Amino acid sequence: MRKVLTGNQAVAYGAMLSDVQVVAAYPITPQTTIIEELADMQAEGLADLDYIRVESEHSAMAACIGASMGGVRTFTATCGQGLFLMHEMLHYATGARTPVVLANVNRAIAAPWSIWSDQTDSVSQRETGWIQLYCEGNQEVLDTTIMAFKIAESLRLPAMVILDAFFLSHTSEPIEIPDIEAVRDFLPPYDPGDLWLDPDNPRTFGSLCMPDTYMEFRWQIQRDMERAKQVIDEVQDDFGRVFGRNYRQVEGYRSDDADVVMVVSGTVASTGRDAIDFLRARGEGVGMVKIKTLRPFPRQELVAALRGKKKVAVIDRNFSPGATGVWAQEIRSALYELPEDERPIIYGYIAGLGGRDISIKTIEEIYQKTREADQPDDVDIWIGVNYV
Amino acid sequence: MIEIRFHGRGGQGTVVASKLLATSLFLDGKYSQSFPAFGTERRGAPVTAFLRVDDKPVRIRTEIYEPDHIVILDPLLVDQVPLTDGLKRDGIVIINSSRKPMEFADRFKGFKVATVPAGQIAVKHHLGTPQSPIVNTAILGAVAKVLSIVTMENLIEAIKSDVPSKADENAAAAQEAYKTVSDVVQL
Repeated sequence: MRKVLTGNQAVAYGAMLSDVQVVAAYPITPQTTIIEELADMQAEGLADLDYIRVESEHSAMAACIGASMGGVRTFTATCGQGLFLMHEMLHYATGARTPVVLANVNRAIAAPWSIWSDQTDSVSQRETGWIQLYCEGNQEVLDTTIMAFKIAESLRLPAMVILDAFFLSHTSEPIEIPDIEAVRDFLPPYDPGDLWLDPDNPRTFGSLCMPDTYMEFRWQIQRDMERAKQVIDEVQDDFGRVFGRNYRQVEGYRSDDADVVMVVSGTVASTGRDAIDFLRARGEGVGMVKIKTLRPFPRQELVAALRGKKKVAVIDRNFSPGATGVWAQEIRSALYELPEDERPIIYGYIAGLGGRDISIKTIEEIYQKTREADQPDDVDIWIGVNYV
Repeated sequence: MIEIRFHGRGGQGTVVASKLLATSLFLDGKYSQSFPAFGTERRGAPVTAFLRVDDKPVRIRTEIYEPDHIVILDPLLVDQVPLTDGLKRDGIVIINSSRKPMEFADRFKGFKVATVPAGQIAVKHHLGTPQSPIVNTAILGAVAKVLSIVTMENLIEAIKSDVPSKADENAAAAQEAYKTVSDVVQL
């Protein structure tokens, strides 16, 4: 069935079609309409789920972890400040090996207050051990929500579906809603194995761990995060076979024969396709690479996509004060393994913070700067800033 | 691709108008996209919403800087917001007003203008209050007539299925505006 949905409705449909059993959430703009939609679905009998209203995002994630340890499929949604308040519990979800799925609507960090889009909230959770999946359109949001449950549950690692505030969350567009029976075939009920809080078989999880055993738990997380790269590919391939829509961790767009490649994520990838077509029509040798996963970081695919390119322009809608944009950090680190004659010059751009628009003109400006300068002026170049 | 910018105030249904039009266009078999330039939703504050429609999927996800047409839900915005910024020269301005298009000659010189008394129509159909009518469905009837981009049949279907209440009254308001909107006048 095709329908006009917002990005937030697409998340809710994705969770509902996945037969999510427990939702624990706290409202925050611009995420609120996700959990409102799920509450409506429950009230109308479309979704058979337990809805836990909590007093904060920290409690929301705590409740999700508890429910997941009870052996059920669990979901929450938040953004910006809410994700920051959850931070401690995000680490806990990973350590407890609970495959919670969270939709994060990228919202800029206060102070000063902003409700608009940037990725600083989600990239700040890079070290929490959550799989992070960034989306460029509402169809990808719905599809990724379903895939996230499958990926998370097969690895027993939590997964975050990430969408830009307003540019997706409140944007309406026609999307395909998959048939629930087809989703059920693709994503069977969550099976926690014997690792769950079974009242008939009382055990303790997550208790004090002495130095002689703690490190092994951390290593297992890393082992499974590395395995996640393959699992994500397999799940995306399965999804493509069943539903006819294909997603990749790293996707090139007219990049094979390009001298300059823009590396982007989120909705910039969608606008970027039009921008690349526009620049190509002018005869420019430019292409684009979209990255869907920040964690695990798709190092090998990215190296393959950028090997031998002259220049790479990374657009970061986030930044790490005292360092650079986070995608640029990751890409510089990944490409360092290339021999010098195959290693592109990397230009890091900061753009679109706090919901400032990244238009085709912005992308064109970034391309021009990259083309004209033999070397970047600085480790990061801020676009469209009125220096005061 | 056709790009339309809606200007209204919080409480008039501006964002819903753009979404209803997106749904109507989808029912017509087009690819559509609508989204609000979001402030923090306050009643009475200026609100902008965007709509794109094309025969192929719409990929661009940015605000609209050079609209083909603009739709103004509150005529008082004319003196307060730079409404025609970037509007293409042959673009049409559709205004909720009981005045004649020529009366906007000083404001919209060089553009084509159509007016529709959407506020009066909304009040007549009990949409909102006389002080604060909800004009979004009436203005869409005028959009359907003036721009000829959407079928009235699918606009009415979208209104009936998607408005939160008073489906028949909203549909009737759109029908009436379709019939009563002025001719387009080149100013």
